[in-house]
Amino acid sequence: MSETGKIDIDYVAKLARIALSEEEKAKFSDQLGSILGYVEKLEELDTEGVEATAHPYPMENVWQEDVVSSELPVEGALRNAPKQRQNMIVVPKVVE
Amino acid sequence: MSEELYYKSARELSGLLKAGEVSAVELTQSIIGRTKAVEERVGAFNSYDEGDAVSQAEASDQRRAAGETVGALDGIPVGIKDVLAVKDQPLTCSSKMLENFISPYDATCIQKLKQSGAVLWGRLNMDEFAMGSSTENSATHPTSNPWNLNCVPGGSSGGSAAAVAAGEAVLTLGSDTGGSIRQPASYCGVVGLKPTYGRVSRFGLAAFASSLDQVGPMARSVEDAALLLQAISGHDLRDSTSFRAEVPDFSKSFESLKGKKWKLGLPKEYFEKALDSAAMEPVQQAIDFYRELGCEIKEVSLPHTEYAVAVYYIIATAEASSNLARYDGIRYTHRAENFDPKDSVDVYNQSRAEGFGEEVKRRIILGTYALSSGYYDAYFLKAQKARTLIRQDFEKAYEEVDALLTPTSPSPAFEKGAKMEDPLSMYLSDIYTISANLAGIPGMSLPCGYSDGMPVGLQILGKPFREEEMLAIGQVFEDAHDFKNQHPEL
Repeated sequence: MSETGKIDIDYVAKLARIALSEEEKAKFSDQLGSILGYVEKLEELDTEGVEATAHPYPMENVWQEDVVSSELPVEGALRNAPKQRQNMIVVPKVVE
Repeated sequence: MSEELYYKSARELSGLLKAGEVSAVELTQSIIGRTKAVEERVGAFNSYDEGDAVSQAEASDQRRAAGETVGALDGIPVGIKDVLAVKDQPLTCSSKMLENFISPYDATCIQKLKQSGAVLWGRLNMDEFAMGSSTENSATHPTSNPWNLNCVPGGSSGGSAAAVAAGEAVLTLGSDTGGSIRQPASYCGVVGLKPTYGRVSRFGLAAFASSLDQVGPMARSVEDAALLLQAISGHDLRDSTSFRAEVPDFSKSFESLKGKKWKLGLPKEYFEKALDSAAMEPVQQAIDFYRELGCEIKEVSLPHTEYAVAVYYIIATAEASSNLARYDGIRYTHRAENFDPKDSVDVYNQSRAEGFGEEVKRRIILGTYALSSGYYDAYFLKAQKARTLIRQDFEKAYEEVDALLTPTSPSPAFEKGAKMEDPLSMYLSDIYTISANLAGIPGMSLPCGYSDGMPVGLQILGKPFREEEMLAIGQVFEDAHDFKNQHPEL
């Protein structure tokens, strides 16, 4: 695992798309350092040849008939949009 | 009689409604009145809609008058954790991110409750996005423990537990990702049940960690928990992880199991460290009760227990970081006013910075880190492998015993603020509950006594898809004690 359990907080915050304040960065770095220190006990566990569990019970593909059954009207889908116009969500301009 | 309607069981109320001795409107008014009387102190709700509840109750009374009553819950007020979608009602997850969100559809468990005639009552407070063990991480307000208002009710379903304990609802729904139903149930002296993963549809449950989340009932008695579990269980085409099997009649099948001499296991790893804990005495007495009943009490080993908290906080945060990516400030959430228009992703960065509270940010950061390039194998994959070992521990134990008995929590409810600055110690308060989520097995907590006046919970962990066995084991204990009739003084 990592050498010291130290997180590159700027990099991870960027990946997570959260603008952290300087105080949050300092606080989280410390706290996450100690949480990761605790988590490192997993290292001592021998997991050679053990299958990973993604799900409590073995899952197989679940197939269904492809039938149109959507009950959500456009107004319902859009009612919580922060900004909307003519049945569309208004977003900030991102291209010149 | 009317002033105590709100503390009667769903089973008894169902009989009174059937006999015409009380109407659904009277019952709902009694719950509303009780809520108004104590809510300022308890703070279980984020919001409630009296008019809506009364009209549901009127509809129930009309069905009854027409001889069209639909089931045992018809006319019974059921409080809903603010994490489940109820059409046209708010769904905030106790987060600023969703402060104005109104559900455009019903969760499947809500649809089923409506079909069973229940009166859906209020939006119950929780830790933001179900992340926490004390309900202090709510963006609206902290909920108080009805047994001691200076203490936390537990979490994340703290509002659901407190409302049931305080008589502000007959039954409530909670959700449990690492103990979020069972731990608050134990802190508030009520019954809380996390079903087997896949028993209850997750459609319409705001996702935290999809491979761990389950919706479940909270009640003042085992029988009432069974009634509510019955109403919400079953396969659902809209949740591909829901289990394709018939749901047993829980109430009937657990009645028929009464008097069975079970083989009950005590996981030694759970008791080794807990011996000096104040919560242990009532738990030991409960174990003695089963022994005297003629049950075989047997020590079993779950050797990977010490890794469970570490595994959980990697897997749960990794899944959360992915699930909560949907809250982007664009489509249906809070959107920041101020962001750098030259940077195409800054609207996300700022909206998420404003919308999420501290614990949610902390967990997203941890989960993002665990999934990031270079660390995925060391943290996430390693945790998933360790999860297999934890699951296998339970499989082995269940070859020897029918169910396991453990404390629900290492301690009774703690004081507000006691653990807020130390996330790791907060995380460790889930030590007895999280393994059930990792293994997918069902678990329940029921009141088994008090420690310094605060309720203590006994946890029963059952075999997968055998909730009726777990309920029957709980019922014999409840029948022999009076905890279900003991309420906090408010």
